[in-house]
Amino acid sequence: METSIWRALLYLVGLMAFAGVNAAWLGWCERKGAARIQRRIGPCEAGFAGLLQPLADGLKLMSKQLLVPQGVDGIIFRVAPILAMIPAITSMAVIPFAENVGARAMELSVLLLFALASIGMIAILLGGWASGNKYALISAARSVSQSLAYEIPMLLTVITVVMISGSMNLRDIALNQQGGFWHWNIFRVENGHFLTMWISFIIFFICSVAETNRAPFDMAEAESELVAGFMTEYGSMGFGLFMMGEYLNIVVGACLTATLFLGGWDCPFGLTPGIWWFLLKIYVLIFTFIWIRWTYPRVQVYRLLNLSWKILIPFSLANLLVTAALIKVF
Amino acid sequence: MQALICQPTGSPALFSAEGMVGIIFLLTVALVVAGAAIAVSTRRLVRSVAGLAVCFTGLAGVYYFLLSPFLAMMQLLIYVGAVSILIAFGIMMATPEEQQTAGMKHRAALAGPLGFSVAALIFAALTVLGLKTEWQVFPRQGTFDIKAVGLSLLTTHGFVFELISIVLLLAIIGALVLARRGRN
Repeated sequence: METSIWRALLYLVGLMAFAGVNAAWLGWCERKGAARIQRRIGPCEAGFAGLLQPLADGLKLMSKQLLVPQGVDGIIFRVAPILAMIPAITSMAVIPFAENVGARAMELSVLLLFALASIGMIAILLGGWASGNKYALISAARSVSQSLAYEIPMLLTVITVVMISGSMNLRDIALNQQGGFWHWNIFRVENGHFLTMWISFIIFFICSVAETNRAPFDMAEAESELVAGFMTEYGSMGFGLFMMGEYLNIVVGACLTATLFLGGWDCPFGLTPGIWWFLLKIYVLIFTFIWIRWTYPRVQVYRLLNLSWKILIPFSLANLLVTAALIKVF
Repeated sequence: MQALICQPTGSPALFSAEGMVGIIFLLTVALVVAGAAIAVSTRRLVRSVAGLAVCFTGLAGVYYFLLSPFLAMMQLLIYVGAVSILIAFGIMMATPEEQQTAGMKHRAALAGPLGFSVAALIFAALTVLGLKTEWQVFPRQGTFDIKAVGLSLLTTHGFVFELISIVLLLAIIGALVLARRGRN
């Protein structure tokens, strides 16, 4: 691998641009998708089909004053939105977009993604606390307990993938699934056994919806009870950064799902594998995120935690045992 | 990775690869020191926790420099992601924010110099120890990737591994007992 400084700079600029474009236009996709599902039109004034709307929103957010209310912990209040954004962008560095497109093929990239996700949790917690507002605090506590609860089954399902691939390197995991959809981890056949990886995939996908605090698991910003959750006190670009962080987390979650279970950049029927297949997969997954959000109502917080602790964790533990047994014993 | 180890022979040029590595190393060390300073010097407990998290992050960077990325990731995952959040949770639930140190003036007058002198003593001792010792530099043995870690955990150190899992099990049961005591 070439280690020239230009390569690093190119990836830095490219990934930042990818992150910025996604964060801006996924907002548009979300609004348009929500509108279609609710039989509305959605943004349509600025540009063709409202495509310039994100630019207008961005300009508006950036030109507004960052209001810091009284009784707020000033430093933490200002740092939290930035902290929510950084880990999501940093995670992009280890994602293999195609066989030769990817900033850094680290040995422990799966672990790094989860480590960075936990930093994002701290950002929400600090933002909610620093606001000095009880709705924000309740929301932050809910959001973090939810993320902690769903991280366990998520990691347990990731272990099954790591067991099959024998590697924690996302690039190796993707390389291991090349050559058509029957090689993908979700339909994995090992030792003549059809593994239960599709259960892993379902659990992982539910957890990634919950981890990104999306509906039906958006307890953190349940508008009807908590105003706007931990973002209540944030205006202008502080709010904008939290929103961008949320969308980037969705992108990273979709990339992770595509790489771990859906073969990364592999084509389902062996036709010119490349970055376009990877992008197609992640945007289908992101559309599913949006689709779920606007289709299902929000669950109660107790149900949410019960789902994780009483259903997903036992199932993922059993799944782990069954997968290990099928690979190694039988 | 091997090339990243800074050899102590002579100071490298600022704009070489070694110079950049050195600067990043200094940044991580500064992160550790600054985080620790914030953690002990601020009066708001949540800021202390934030400082602690910064300190842990810097420590993860130091581990990465010591060629153990696995340890660095674990540092981030466990200390930043779990321990700091747990402490922050505890503080938020208890909210001891208002109890300022009003009646502590007299004791603080004594505690400051005392604590400082103890810290200075320990620092001096460690410095002398570090400078006087004839350090033996061991060459890097084998590959310390995650496979090697896993193999040695399940073969050479299998017994310790099982003991740790028993300790964790006891901790979980203890937490359940404590949490359940108030109910019914």
